Amino acid sequence: MRPQLIHVAYLVASFCFVMGLRGLTHPNSARRGTLLAAVGMLVAVVGTLLHREIVRYEWIAGGIVLGTLIGIPMGLWIPMTKMPERIALSHSFGGLAVALVGVVEYIRHGGHLATFQMTATGFEVLLGALTFTGSLMAFGKLQGILPGRPLTFPLQNAVTLSALAAAVGMVLYLVFRPEAYTIFYAMFGLSFLLGILLVLPIGGADMPVVICLLNSYAGLAAAASGFALDNNILIICGALDGGSGFVLAILMSRAMNRSFTNVLFGAFGTEAVGLAEPPKGAGAAVNEATVEEAAEIMRAASSVIVVPGYGMAVAQAQHVVRDLAGLLEQGGTKVRYAIHPVAGRMPGHMNVLLAEANVPYEQLFDLDQINDDFASTDVVLVVGANDVVNPAAKKSPGSPIYGMPVFNCEDSKAVIVLKRSMNPGFAGIENELFVHPKTMMVFGDAKQTLTKVVGVLKE
Amino acid sequence: MSDNFLFGLYVFMLAVFVGYQVITHVPALLHTPLMSFTNAISGISLVASLVAAGADYGRLATILGFVAVTCATINVVGGFLITDRMLKMFRRKPGGRPGPKA
Repeated sequence: MRPQLIHVAYLVASFCFVMGLRGLTHPNSARRGTLLAAVGMLVAVVGTLLHREIVRYEWIAGGIVLGTLIGIPMGLWIPMTKMPERIALSHSFGGLAVALVGVVEYIRHGGHLATFQMTATGFEVLLGALTFTGSLMAFGKLQGILPGRPLTFPLQNAVTLSALAAAVGMVLYLVFRPEAYTIFYAMFGLSFLLGILLVLPIGGADMPVVICLLNSYAGLAAAASGFALDNNILIICGALDGGSGFVLAILMSRAMNRSFTNVLFGAFGTEAVGLAEPPKGAGAAVNEATVEEAAEIMRAASSVIVVPGYGMAVAQAQHVVRDLAGLLEQGGTKVRYAIHPVAGRMPGHMNVLLAEANVPYEQLFDLDQINDDFASTDVVLVVGANDVVNPAAKKSPGSPIYGMPVFNCEDSKAVIVLKRSMNPGFAGIENELFVHPKTMMVFGDAKQTLTKVVGVLKE
Repeated sequence: MSDNFLFGLYVFMLAVFVGYQVITHVPALLHTPLMSFTNAISGISLVASLVAAGADYGRLATILGFVAVTCATINVVGGFLITDRMLKMFRRKPGGRPGPKA
């Protein structure tokens, strides 16, 4: 009777997860969907506690209490600007949990696993361990503990690929000789190293793709554990998680016009990647504007498009952007936001920050939805965005970002760029938009600048 | 080839199809909540961790199981809480917003 009850619980949970995910297709139904999925999780956990093999509950209770104590602050108190860091960290927890389950499964059978079970367990441990360290590296880069620029060493790709080949080779060896536990633990250790090797050479601005790929690996590891344990709900959730990460990774790399191989092994921006022609003398053609001038131009505009980027997140300027938009709207100006898929450090990063600042989501537009409207717009306000507004992506075949879809800011009547300095973006690519005749640069911290603009407009 | 393994492949394949169909319909607006949501449900590895920690497979297995339960619980609890916290923020234009009529 018990096994059937557990299966029924898992069936109910699977239903809740898929329907919950479906809720996320619209903001109105999303919260209900999340609640449904949480109920599904509860059902699955309670069902599992009936499992015949569970004989002691003290370690279970301890783990659940400890996990809850850590999980609550991670859910409730982490600021929205730290969302990419938080997501990276949770991928590492997910990866570690799955890898350890695989190790326990190996220990439990004393290394005597059937062929398919060993294959699944091997890949589960490999993917889980690599997700753990890889996500920790991504977290370190986002948090600034590690340098955001790509960290490279000679023959890096050769070393990484050999390590990957060795780890996969060990898994295959284990399939035929499952009792070779030295090999098993060597593979476990090598997978940790592999995660570090894979993520270290990737630059900060490529984090959206990396986070999605790590999400996908965590899901695949969970699915592999489902095969190893013959547990359908693990397979289903792993497939949903892995699939979601993969779909997002494709969307992100498409939005950068780069392939996965290029992101993973390109070590973008290590060399001085120059434009076809040398950049114009820095500062010479720059049209610098004061806060007052910027405020007056925006006050006079009948339509404004705000283009936020990672700089807005760093400066935590989303609230004052909203204040500015509110003032402009009071004056009858139409304000919209243009969100590039790779703006920020993870998919949807800008949307969450603006939502936090109470910007209604009807004002947030994707690249495709808004790019033709720039021509009929008076003022474009670029807040801490760089590569996503670089016309070189359209015009300079020699540029590393050539082919990446970007906003047509220069089609509007005027462009105001808020930027800390003329330092080029992560790849060291000069941005022609900043020296465009229509562009005015306002230097300084985006939050301080906008606060001053709001002050001028209130007068 | 074992039947269970083949059956698992069926389940995997169908789940990938369903997931792909649903996920491609999630708007870019909700991509961050989508990530934290899938992260929360992938905390389902908790069910395997529970068995690892609660069954008597030896001391090392119990300790590893305990760590796995802790990690998975962090993702489940933290993941659902933060997804809800984010989704709460996404709202439409409020009725009395400061608009052109003001």
